[in-house]
Amino acid sequence: MAAPSRFREKAQILDEAALDRALTRIAHEILERNGGSHDLTFVGLRTRGVTLAQRIAQKIARIDGTQLPVGALDITLYRDDLGLRGTPVVRGTDIPFSIKDKVVVLVDDVLFTGRTIRAALDALIDLGRPKAIQLAVLVDRGHRELPIRPDYVGKNVPTSRRESVAVRLREHDGEDRVVIEEPEEA
Amino acid sequence: MPWTRKDLLTIRELDPAEITLLLDTAASLEEIAGREIKKVPALRGKTVVNLFYEASTRTRTSFEIAGKWLSADVVNFSAAGSSVAKGESLIDTAKNIAAMSPDVVVVRHPSAGAAALLARELRCSVVNAGDGAHEHPTQALLDLLTIRDRKGHLEGLHVAIVGDVAHSRVARSNIHGMRKLGMTVTVAGPPTLIPPFVQELGVKVRYRLEDAIADADVIMMLRLQRERMEHGLIPSVREYARYWGLTLERLRAHARPDVLIMHPGPVNRGIELAPEVADGPYSVILDQVARGVAVRMAVLLLLAGARGAEGA
Repeated sequence: MAAPSRFREKAQILDEAALDRALTRIAHEILERNGGSHDLTFVGLRTRGVTLAQRIAQKIARIDGTQLPVGALDITLYRDDLGLRGTPVVRGTDIPFSIKDKVVVLVDDVLFTGRTIRAALDALIDLGRPKAIQLAVLVDRGHRELPIRPDYVGKNVPTSRRESVAVRLREHDGEDRVVIEEPEEA
Repeated sequence: MPWTRKDLLTIRELDPAEITLLLDTAASLEEIAGREIKKVPALRGKTVVNLFYEASTRTRTSFEIAGKWLSADVVNFSAAGSSVAKGESLIDTAKNIAAMSPDVVVVRHPSAGAAALLARELRCSVVNAGDGAHEHPTQALLDLLTIRDRKGHLEGLHVAIVGDVAHSRVARSNIHGMRKLGMTVTVAGPPTLIPPFVQELGVKVRYRLEDAIADADVIMMLRLQRERMEHGLIPSVREYARYWGLTLERLRAHARPDVLIMHPGPVNRGIELAPEVADGPYSVILDQVARGVAVRMAVLLLLAGARGAEGA
């Protein structure tokens, strides 16, 4: 994936309030689908998926009072394009709880080709055998290359392949916002 | 910070950002040792050849485990019982191994420069696992990682390296790495075992153990190689142990209470290191060995995992 050097903002998909509402809705849907918070755990994909997982877990804590564990998964070592992307950057997996027989809600910011999630499924299963894995994403932008679908979606956004979806979060980028960007030279 | 080198031959040639990249990558890989299934698919289909012309337990096993945890196929070759015993030269052996298309060759050899020679001859990556009295880069990296994990940082720390500095590739690699990362280094040992002009590497020299360890955050004891005595460099092992052995009494009397004791192994118990120090609370010797696997995984991953990028 040779990315163009510069992108410019094309449109805003979610503002701060809409992003927060989307996460609140996902939190409720997770509780509804699983009949409560029993056996639930969260695993976020580095980097922004972890932050989103923490926010969803906080919302569930506010709704039904349980503090669910949140882990961080780095899938660099499981990528199918390792070696095609230059120097591998390993940021470390940190899941300080057992996922065996738990329902793991995997959280990522943007679902695109599905290859990241494919790698994440392999990585998770190497850490134990969960009872089930569910997928929550803030934005589903389409263009799947693998048979993978999300269980919880903040917003479905039709995009073209040359565009890019940028999820900006307070903790990393100083603002809560999701935008579509397009290559500068276009 | 991209990794661009084909080989890892010395610490001397690395810049501080490259050393930090290796340490950060290794730190991220440490958790794999605690997993139930200690295997990730990163180097699936890659082949690592361990080419060892000198005895080694720790280093060879460490590279082998590192390769296997990353799913590479690891082949061990030791000079004893091989065609080397029939007189084959290093380059001939290496070219034959290269004809089998490995991705990484890890080499240990008694001659300084052997790894660099192979790196020039072979298209695959070469890792120096110790070449004579020259360098042992992965040992220095695992020492630095152990110190960083224990102390939280490296810059500004003071390290005393004690013993046979002249013949130590571990000392040389560590001195280069520590100086590049802003650490202070003091070397100490009998004058016959301190290399001339060592000050030019930016280190202080002391000729008494007590002076060297007084304000050290880390004491790195080197292995006394007994053959040095035969060459007349020290009068006797007993005398060496008396003046240069780190005992609990000396440690308590002269060292800081939060000092770390390190040793690259294998330890001569009762000579350079008293058993109660080697096994005591200050000692991080087994930490070093554990970090060694993470460091070697990082080296193999950056060399074999990044290189496909050239064609992309």
